[in-house]
Amino acid sequence: MTLFIEQCLNGLQFGLLLFLLAAGLTLVFGIMDLVNLAHGSLYMIGAYFAATFAAWTGSFVLGAVLALIATLMIGMAVEVIAMRRLYGRDHLDHVLGTFGLILFFDELVRLIWGPDGMSLPLPSWLNISVQILPGIQYSAYKFSIIVVALAVAIFLYVLVMRTRIGMLIRAGASNREMVGALGVNIKLLYTLVFGLGAALAGLAGLMQAPILTVQIGMGENILILAFVVTVIGGIGSIRGAFVAAILVGFIDTVGRSYLPDLLRLVLSPNAAATAAPALSSMLIYLLMAIVLVVKPQGLFSAGEK
Amino acid sequence: MTPVPNLRSIVIVVLLAALVLLPVYVQFGGDRFVLTLFTRIVILALAAVSLNLILGYGGMMSFGHAVYLGIGGYAVGMLAHEGIFSGFVQWPVALAASALFALVIGALSLRTRGVYFIMITLAFAQMAYYVFAGLARYGGDDGLTIYKRSEFIPPLNLSNKVQFYYVCLALLFAAIYLVWRLTNSRFGLAIQGARSNDTRMRAIGFPTYRYRLVCFVIAGTLCGLAGALLANHTDFVSPATMYWTRSGDLIIMVVLGGMASPFGPLIGAVALLLLEEVLSGITEYWQIILGPLLLLVVLFARGGIDGLLKQVRR
Repeated sequence: MTLFIEQCLNGLQFGLLLFLLAAGLTLVFGIMDLVNLAHGSLYMIGAYFAATFAAWTGSFVLGAVLALIATLMIGMAVEVIAMRRLYGRDHLDHVLGTFGLILFFDELVRLIWGPDGMSLPLPSWLNISVQILPGIQYSAYKFSIIVVALAVAIFLYVLVMRTRIGMLIRAGASNREMVGALGVNIKLLYTLVFGLGAALAGLAGLMQAPILTVQIGMGENILILAFVVTVIGGIGSIRGAFVAAILVGFIDTVGRSYLPDLLRLVLSPNAAATAAPALSSMLIYLLMAIVLVVKPQGLFSAGEK
Repeated sequence: MTPVPNLRSIVIVVLLAALVLLPVYVQFGGDRFVLTLFTRIVILALAAVSLNLILGYGGMMSFGHAVYLGIGGYAVGMLAHEGIFSGFVQWPVALAASALFALVIGALSLRTRGVYFIMITLAFAQMAYYVFAGLARYGGDDGLTIYKRSEFIPPLNLSNKVQFYYVCLALLFAAIYLVWRLTNSRFGLAIQGARSNDTRMRAIGFPTYRYRLVCFVIAGTLCGLAGALLANHTDFVSPATMYWTRSGDLIIMVVLGGMASPFGPLIGAVALLLLEEVLSGITEYWQIILGPLLLLVVLFARGGIDGLLKQVRR
């Protein structure tokens, strides 16, 4: 039971992390109609920045804040230099152009930080277990990820639904020309949205950094998961991304820990041991396939933003 | 009236002639590595030709096309691992497995459109990637070494580099011819019609879903053949063969060469792989040049190289 609760918390933590990535993707897609494969690169850059700045300043929190700002800047720069020219083009052009950006960023990181990975050590005050329920210990750091990500989710909701900027974002998503005609600087707005998405990706990257190693290509694997999340949730819907992210996080984590046992009930131990890893990696793709077959536009199709 | 040869036809004829004569050059003291490189180029060009059929002519933006390279390769590798070396068994199995996979994922994916289609094909390819990475008996993550190439009736011997090159080249030419005939047939016109306006095609009575699905399966099968060749070429197959960045490479070849053009994918494959070769000779960090170059192609050369050649009138 204790293990089950811990696995659920892990699932929640992973799901929220995916949400941070997927929120940026889905914002950029919903508003600029842009498929951004290079989103994973921003996740990687956030992690590299955090590791570097934390080493320089000697403080984890300061390093994280600096990394966040730096990723935001990089994101806005990428928007102004490259992405801006891709709006209104074919999705194929987006895929190809941003694929080029992935190659560029991967190589740039290799040039600057070298081919070896980095690690971001946790400060001692986070590297402990806390008692969250009677008799249940959980890593303080993972718990703080949950708290931060939930706070960001609430912040995003308030930003998009309750502020003037959010109103402009939503208006820009439904009719770009009209918003521009009303005197809103739509270019600046798009740059800000892209920067926001980049910062969210960077946040996800730097929070994941102490758990995994910081390495080249770390963005590519998780990018695909983030895409799966946005597609299941319905592209352009932040609410959908949230629900789908939690769902995918749970299924992936809980599936990985319990599928081997479940399979052992129906298969021979040997066959179960072979099939379980493959099947648990497949689970979320299976989920996506099922969702798309039943609802080809995702769970929360756009329009219900 | 004799047609005036334009730059485009000259380039294509020169390219084809160079491909045919390449082993002769190597025989007369050329670098043997060139033959290995071009065998690879020809095989990947075959894969790109198959992708062009759905991407260029059909407008189906599949982001998981490399999966058939893996399936075709694993069909050869797994059979060889079990002691079946005959190409008359291996290759039909590779084609059939690819066709079957394409049929299943096509039937599901083609229900969706646009970005959803891109993502669902990507997801299915990743799924296959994890399945093969989990096959401990066949090497899992590390891949599977193939100790013996597919066997055919002598004198055909795939271990002979020149013979193998010509087999690949012949299959590539056959595939280009097939795609050319296909796209000029009633079937191909219906596919292209569905790309331009699906609703209208359905309104005049074409069951476009079925047309697209058949097209998707043909492309998958052709790419499975390329996979069987690639496995024979490298004597190795691993899940990395079908990783999603490989699908990205195939898309680059098609777009770089020129979409919906019979020779475009071949030009693209030659251009991309030679470019990689040249750039990696200049600097270790060659992707830092290739990446922005791709972006520039997307932004400024929409028809790819073939489109640029068309614009140049003699």
